[in-house]
Amino acid sequence: MNPYNYLYLAALLFTIGAVGVVVRRNAIVVFMCVELMLNAANLTLVTFSRINGTLDGQVVAFFTMVVAACEVVVGLAIIVTIYRSRRSASVDDASLLKR
Amino acid sequence: MLEIQTPETIMFWVLAPLSVIAALGMLLVKKAVHSALLLAWVMITLAIFYIAQDALFLGIVQIVVYTGAVMMLFLFILMLVGVDASDSLTETISRLRPIAITAAVGFGGLFVSLIGRASLGRDAVGLTAANANGNVEGLAAKLFSTYVFPFEVVSALLITAALGAMVLAHHQRSVARPTQREQSIARFRTGSLAGAAGLPSPGVYARHNAVDVPALLPDGSAAPTSISATLKARGDILESRSFELGEVDNTVAEEK
Amino acid sequence: MTTSTSLGYLIALPLAGAVILLLAGRRADKWGHLLATALSASSFGVGIYQLTQMLAREPEERAFSQKLFSWISVGTFNVDAGLLLDQLSICFVLLITGVGTLIHIYSISYMSHDRDRRRFFAYLNLFIAAMLLLVLGDSYLNLYVGWEGVGLASYLLIGFWNQKPAYATASKKAFVMNRIGDMGLSFAIMIAFATLGTVSFSGVKEASETASTAALTGIGLMLLVAAAGKSAQFPLQAWLGDAMAGPTPVSALIHAATMVTAGVYLITRSNFIFDAAPTAQLLVVIVGAVTLIFGALVGTAKDDIKKALAASTMSQIGYMILAAGLGPAGYAFAIMHLLTHGFFKAGMFLGAGSVMHGMNDQVNMRRYGALRKFMPITFATFGLGYLAIIGVPPFAGFYSKDAIIETAFNAGGIKGILLGSTALLGAAITAFYMTRVMVLTFTSPERWEEDQHPHESPFLMWLPMAVLAVGSVTTGYLFTRGDGLVHWLEPVFGEHGEHEEFLPAIIVSGMAITAVIIGVSIALIKYQFSDVDAEAPENVTEFTRVARKDLLQDSFNEALFMRPGQVLTRFFVKVDDSVVDGTVRLVGRTALNAGSELRKTQTGFARSYAALILIGAVVLIAAVWVVTQ
Repeated sequence: MNPYNYLYLAALLFTIGAVGVVVRRNAIVVFMCVELMLNAANLTLVTFSRINGTLDGQVVAFFTMVVAACEVVVGLAIIVTIYRSRRSASVDDASLLKR
Repeated sequence: MLEIQTPETIMFWVLAPLSVIAALGMLLVKKAVHSALLLAWVMITLAIFYIAQDALFLGIVQIVVYTGAVMMLFLFILMLVGVDASDSLTETISRLRPIAITAAVGFGGLFVSLIGRASLGRDAVGLTAANANGNVEGLAAKLFSTYVFPFEVVSALLITAALGAMVLAHHQRSVARPTQREQSIARFRTGSLAGAAGLPSPGVYARHNAVDVPALLPDGSAAPTSISATLKARGDILESRSFELGEVDNTVAEEK
Repeated sequence: MTTSTSLGYLIALPLAGAVILLLAGRRADKWGHLLATALSASSFGVGIYQLTQMLAREPEERAFSQKLFSWISVGTFNVDAGLLLDQLSICFVLLITGVGTLIHIYSISYMSHDRDRRRFFAYLNLFIAAMLLLVLGDSYLNLYVGWEGVGLASYLLIGFWNQKPAYATASKKAFVMNRIGDMGLSFAIMIAFATLGTVSFSGVKEASETASTAALTGIGLMLLVAAAGKSAQFPLQAWLGDAMAGPTPVSALIHAATMVTAGVYLITRSNFIFDAAPTAQLLVVIVGAVTLIFGALVGTAKDDIKKALAASTMSQIGYMILAAGLGPAGYAFAIMHLLTHGFFKAGMFLGAGSVMHGMNDQVNMRRYGALRKFMPITFATFGLGYLAIIGVPPFAGFYSKDAIIETAFNAGGIKGILLGSTALLGAAITAFYMTRVMVLTFTSPERWEEDQHPHESPFLMWLPMAVLAVGSVTTGYLFTRGDGLVHWLEPVFGEHGEHEEFLPAIIVSGMAITAVIIGVSIALIKYQFSDVDAEAPENVTEFTRVARKDLLQDSFNEALFMRPGQVLTRFFVKVDDSVVDGTVRLVGRTALNAGSELRKTQTGFARSYAALILIGAVVLIAAVWVVTQ
């Protein structure tokens, strides 16, 4: 089993997440795609940890998870706040910086 | 290169395509709740991969924290925002979809090709040595020695995030919250006594009690105040016509 | 070479006058003209003093020099601001200051009604100073400073009444055509420095003995261009007629006696160059001969008295240039004619001014007539000048013109015959048109317009005219007696030498007098003994029409230079507009368009920005991919 396969998978998942961020309009779905990207990065870290034989990759993956959790908390709170005032969860509606 | 371990290979080649399909599905389905569930599946798959690669602690944490807490949080918010909310599939920003797909294809292709070219110049070592005392102990050793400073910083981050969420969700009252007594007085002081006994509850009287079906007034028409304003704003009210009484006899029966 | 300490005063006195009058402003209106005249007269006094100094010495030691200051000292190029007074310069100095002072006196009265009289005198003094610098400079570069100065003074004085646009245009025209000549002088100086290494007269004289003929011919040609510009010779003669727009004293001083003779001075001063470059010398005679006839022909058709005299000046200077081109035999005679011409032409111009003064500034000769009775002094002085110019013995013009005709014939061969005949023909035509002027103005019946009361001019006006008339009578004999002027100038020009006589002198004089008589007779028949129209007749020969238009000189200049120049300028303006400005506008437009296009990326949609980030990431990965190939 070539551990590099996991890297390919991670690259693929990351790409799918990136596309999702651009294409979807619902703010929460966009957020979920961001989570997908973070997870793909975690997979990469764990794989490299295995390849190198040290646990540093896992520790960093651990930190990534913590940070992702914090990010989810605050991000969803923001989305809820925006929803409360604008009654819409679409990313396109917040376009006041239009030229 | 490690020896080909057959169980891991089989597992990988079964689960990896599934996870990719799930990710694509998350991208493509209309309803947001479906996307959330598909993402949960991807995360579980990843947890299995972690465990397969000797990252036992991390795999369990992935299921407990990520799938269990984070995805549940997503689902709660989805319900709060509107579980029915679905994106239309037509794209409003011109040319965005082709650009995004082209960029993604290029991105992915380059990535894959780079990984293919990359090589660390030695075989994969494996974690048997590092996990000699156990995975948790090994992680702990690393965490509290080399990475103790980031550890402290991340914990501060966690506290900050919690505080942030509380601040954002906090609803500052601009007027004092009306007390029970004040509310009661207000109910009786309005022009009509229609709301004195409280608003009519939704649902056709004795025929339906769904939250999104309006109550019927004595003359058979729908009572607008019986439905939550949120649902009205969202347009989630069900048609009450099928529940309305066609003819209502308003005459009072003679006293027998 | 003896050093002198008083040469600088010659220039400094009138220059101080100009400066004082210009800076003092209106305060000097009451006494400005008197101060200017006094300074001019004192300059003349210094000149006389210098002459006495020179007369007291041996011919070889008569030159004085004075170094004022070291002017340019760059590498091997050293030019001092120095003055040189030798036998040639003293002639000019006395002419300039003498005639100049007389004209100052005349102007006191002539310009008495003009409120800008002080400024006029300031410019006159400036002119005197510049002209003196021109003739006293000891190098071509110093001469050039004076050369430019007289050009400036001429411009200021021709356009003195610049309220009239036509006069301002005339002064511009004079200046621009002069400038072409100035270019010639610049080139001559440059060639001199490049090939000979020096620009001072003594230096060039020494170097010319060993220099190549090509270099000397080049210098000579350029000097000829300069002389043609300043002296209104063909082909740069078109400005002289228009220069009559200035006040009459200006025409008398600058465009008769002094500035226009600067060209002759230049050529005679550069005698060592022309003697060593026969091609250039040949061109000099050709230019002189052509202009001689040109000016004479134009003069026959002019009805404006000043323009007729201007054409006459052009023609007479042609004689001088012709003489100057005949080599050592002719230089002295050119100078002699120059000096006598200064007297009679200035006198005639002042007379014309007097006539105009009496006739309410009328210049059309067809409206004159019978002024002999009303302006006798003017008639007398003008008449003496007239007799001098047509070459009637024993007046001044006879001696000088006759000498030139003789020298022309003595040049030998076909060239001599051609030149001599041309000069004789010129003499005949000169006699014709000058008689025409005299008759139309003074002796023919009156053809005045309404309300004319001709009267004699005041004392301050006729006194200078009288003095100049005396000069017209006597100077000829004085210069020729015992070959006085020729010997006086020999140290400058070299040995005069004996020349083979082509025809005996008496025959040549006889031919000259015959030509004069023919010319005078024709004019008398045509104008005195027949009726003269008060308006210029319409049905005249084609030749007359052409001559009235100055032999089409302006049309020629316009067609050959002005219109192509205008086309060129318009083309350049268009290039500047479309190419240069267009490039600038293109830069601006590009910036604006780039800005507009880039603005479109600010859609306000977060997803577009996310897409851009994605694209950026792709670019980065691609870069890594390429680098690690």
